[in-house]
Amino acid sequence: MEFEAVIGMEVHVEINSRSKVFCACATDFHAPPNTNVCPICLGMPGTLPVLNVDMVDKSVAVGLALNCAISRWSKMDRKNYFYPDLAKNYQISQYDLPLCHGGWLDIEVDGAPRRIGITRAHMEEDTARNTHTLAGGQSGVDFNRCGLPLLEIVTEPDIRSAKEAHAYLTALKQILQYLGVSDCNMEEGSLRAEANISIRPTGQEAFGTKTEVKNVASFSGVFKAIDYEISRQAQVLRSGGKVIQETRGWDADRGVTFSQRLKESAHDYRYFPEPDLVPIVVDEAWEQRIRESLPELPIARKARVESQYGLSAYDAGVITMTRALADYYEAVAAAGADPKKAANWLTVELQALLTDSKQEITECRVAPAALAELVALIESGDISGKMAKDILGDMFITGKTARAIVAEKGLVQISDSGELAEIIRRVLAENPAQVEQYRAGKEKVLGFLVGQVMRATQGKANPQILNDLLRDELAP
Amino acid sequence: MTTPWHYKSAMEIRNAVRNRAVTATEITEHHLDRIAEVDGRVDAFTQIWRDEALAQAAAVDEKARQGRELGPLAGVPVGLKELLATRSGKTTCASKILENYRSPYDATVVRKLAAADAVFLGKVNMDEFAMGSSTERSTIKTTKNPWNLKCVPGGSSGGSAAAVTAGECAVSLGSDTGGSIRQPACLCGCVGIKPTYGRVSRYGLVAFASSLDQIGPLTRTVEDAALTLNTLCGRDPMDATSADLPVPDFTKALTGDIKGLRVGLPREYFTDALGAEMREKVEAAVDVLRRGGAEIVSVSFPHAQYAIAVYYIICTAEASANLARFDGVRYGFRHPAAKSVEEMYVLTKSEGFGPEVRRRILLGTYVLSSGYYDAYYLKAQKVRRLIKRDFDEAFEKCDVIAGPTSPIPSFEFGSKTDNPMEMYLADIYTISVNLATLPGISIPCGLTASGLPAGLQMMARPFDEETLLRAAHCHERMSGITLGPPPIA
Ligand SMILES: [Zn+2]
Repeated sequence: MEFEAVIGMEVHVEINSRSKVFCACATDFHAPPNTNVCPICLGMPGTLPVLNVDMVDKSVAVGLALNCAISRWSKMDRKNYFYPDLAKNYQISQYDLPLCHGGWLDIEVDGAPRRIGITRAHMEEDTARNTHTLAGGQSGVDFNRCGLPLLEIVTEPDIRSAKEAHAYLTALKQILQYLGVSDCNMEEGSLRAEANISIRPTGQEAFGTKTEVKNVASFSGVFKAIDYEISRQAQVLRSGGKVIQETRGWDADRGVTFSQRLKESAHDYRYFPEPDLVPIVVDEAWEQRIRESLPELPIARKARVESQYGLSAYDAGVITMTRALADYYEAVAAAGADPKKAANWLTVELQALLTDSKQEITECRVAPAALAELVALIESGDISGKMAKDILGDMFITGKTARAIVAEKGLVQISDSGELAEIIRRVLAENPAQVEQYRAGKEKVLGFLVGQVMRATQGKANPQILNDLLRDELAP
Repeated sequence: MTTPWHYKSAMEIRNAVRNRAVTATEITEHHLDRIAEVDGRVDAFTQIWRDEALAQAAAVDEKARQGRELGPLAGVPVGLKELLATRSGKTTCASKILENYRSPYDATVVRKLAAADAVFLGKVNMDEFAMGSSTERSTIKTTKNPWNLKCVPGGSSGGSAAAVTAGECAVSLGSDTGGSIRQPACLCGCVGIKPTYGRVSRYGLVAFASSLDQIGPLTRTVEDAALTLNTLCGRDPMDATSADLPVPDFTKALTGDIKGLRVGLPREYFTDALGAEMREKVEAAVDVLRRGGAEIVSVSFPHAQYAIAVYYIICTAEASANLARFDGVRYGFRHPAAKSVEEMYVLTKSEGFGPEVRRRILLGTYVLSSGYYDAYYLKAQKVRRLIKRDFDEAFEKCDVIAGPTSPIPSFEFGSKTDNPMEMYLADIYTISVNLATLPGISIPCGLTASGLPAGLQMMARPFDEETLLRAAHCHERMSGITLGPPPIA
């Protein structure tokens, strides 16, 4: 029997507001435990929450970027449950009236477009972090994370494979980074993905029993976990078993999901409207203000960059993968570089240097104008492509301009035929045996002679001109 | 014979301190002596902050010595309800679960009073987590009614009312969720005002029911209520529900003139539920207003009969969430015998909370449970809107609504503790005001034959505390009723 997977994703995004969602505490992830706390986020008796407006702004921006409708009127609710990581023993979240609802995200899987429905995106506060590994069987709670602004983005069950899930997450992360609302660091928990996975015989309408895979710390982990879970469920069904509704964790080392807890009964969260907060009224003017402040989003930017600079779809995709890279590229182009050559130098050479040194484009010491200058020097024949690679390596480390390095090291290419011809004649005179061999038909000797000329010019000979001149001189 | 300092009004005290006729230190010492003299019988104070109070008073006197202008409550001795968060002393909410709890911050109202140069004598008793109508639910002590020590002071701000009545402080702060300022003010014979919801910041008030709670002062005169409100009211960025409205000088509203004021009497408040003697006093008080030139009109609250039911659904629902944080994890009482997290929750809450609090948490949990939410909580919210609409319609016909505060005067200890429903009825006339988020005041309107105070309640449109105070002040002036020293003196 053939099976089809039905997958819905719930993604929690830590919004990078400077203060927590209901108090003025800092949101710095790296602070020592329980230092970014105050009576409010600790839920001390008598304290009240006050909603951070920046959180609403950024959440509306995400909603608009995901083609959602923004609720004119929404509210916060209390979600009641008991857990030591929950300061108030309820979480302030949104229940029946989320801030954003009914949107979609277009993705591309194997070159084919797919549209994933977005059910909702709602605001909530994060919980504290429990540690159970302290000495003497003690547990600790770090409340630094408690009250951090969290946006939960929920999809329709529109995803059909691990590959699509991966493409969805990649596209979502790309948008969030374009908007600048989150650093999307999965290892630090600022982006957390959960997948609801079920399978059904192909062609069947009704959904199968789903499992929920949580606590996956990387995109590739999500990809593998979903793939694993699909084949696990298929195996269970093929062997006549039943899939149990449960939460499963992902063991990255063994590459398997494992049962965490059974959902024996749906938790009764006893949601009700948060009486300590006033309704959130995002009027048209507010929405418009956010809409106008939105940056050009990835899909639109990719299309524009592709046509404006005459790039291949692939190059345009690579260049617009992040907003920072696209900004960098367009700055290089704006500085007058040949757009296609600039794209090549950026995506191949500079990218390799960045990857090797684990740097982001934003940290790169090569200014866009400097890269444009380098490309121009190649174009004008002042330096060879090979020289340019070395020069770029220097620029990357020192932050100097291409021209400065060329001048410093006397690296200007010798393209003057007269000057080169003279050197060639000298080299040939010094190597009569090889000249003899070449003229006797031993073509391979040419490489040796080129090398000799290069050595004599310290590598500065224009290889094209050198080749032509050398052949001329060797002609009988 | 001149009135002793402990029966002078806050206005007189602050004027004397400002004029340097007396020092804040003398006032404070006098009141500390007064507490030492009578609180053994009244048991209003749960904590006395002798050293801090004298230090505060000394600071006020130093300010005066330097010729700096003194605040509007200079040297006024104040008692704070146990549920107001204070850095000084403890914030116990009269509950075992917080018996040793010290707040890391001061409530906004506490900061405001301190900035106005008031002096805190300590904290006063209450029903546990403000749940009760007699202050018998306190786990700390039993506060007595200064008019009759066998009788309750009312609740939940019973300590606040008794302390002011007994002359232990000139002003106290209480909180009113369903009548908890007005009802004890009525039973003790002092003035208690619940401002409009949103008028006074709730930041630092340990929440019972967030959408109903409001802080307000208890005083011996209407003018003192106005004076204190001037300091308490105003927008607080720490409370999202606090109103961003200008705060008038409430003392200026006390013109003594109510000619043409339309006073509405709700038919539903004058039924058999109202005791004969209380009815007589309230009607006499309404007559006073009529003589002052007010026009009396009849109004109707068709949904008043649902108020108690609606109230107990909403307030318990909110309380069940508000009190969830008292779990023994971070502060307060933690049961020593617990061996797991779940056991810690269960044992801590079972032993830390008293029976009335447990009853309400359970009720609130129930009405919010899936399957019951629509039938109880959601329906209650809808009826709450109808109750508010009743008021809106009534206020088209009148400016102030007048009626009884409590159906009965104070009662003896233990007489109602076994019957929660009977106790809940003590708030029958006050609850609607909280549901409709209106301002309400209770002022004394005489003594019953057995020598217990009766109270007149008045209500006004949202944020119209001025009219409320003006009417109350007019009654106070014309009737000559401020229930002077109780027998405790
Ligand atoms: Zn905080």
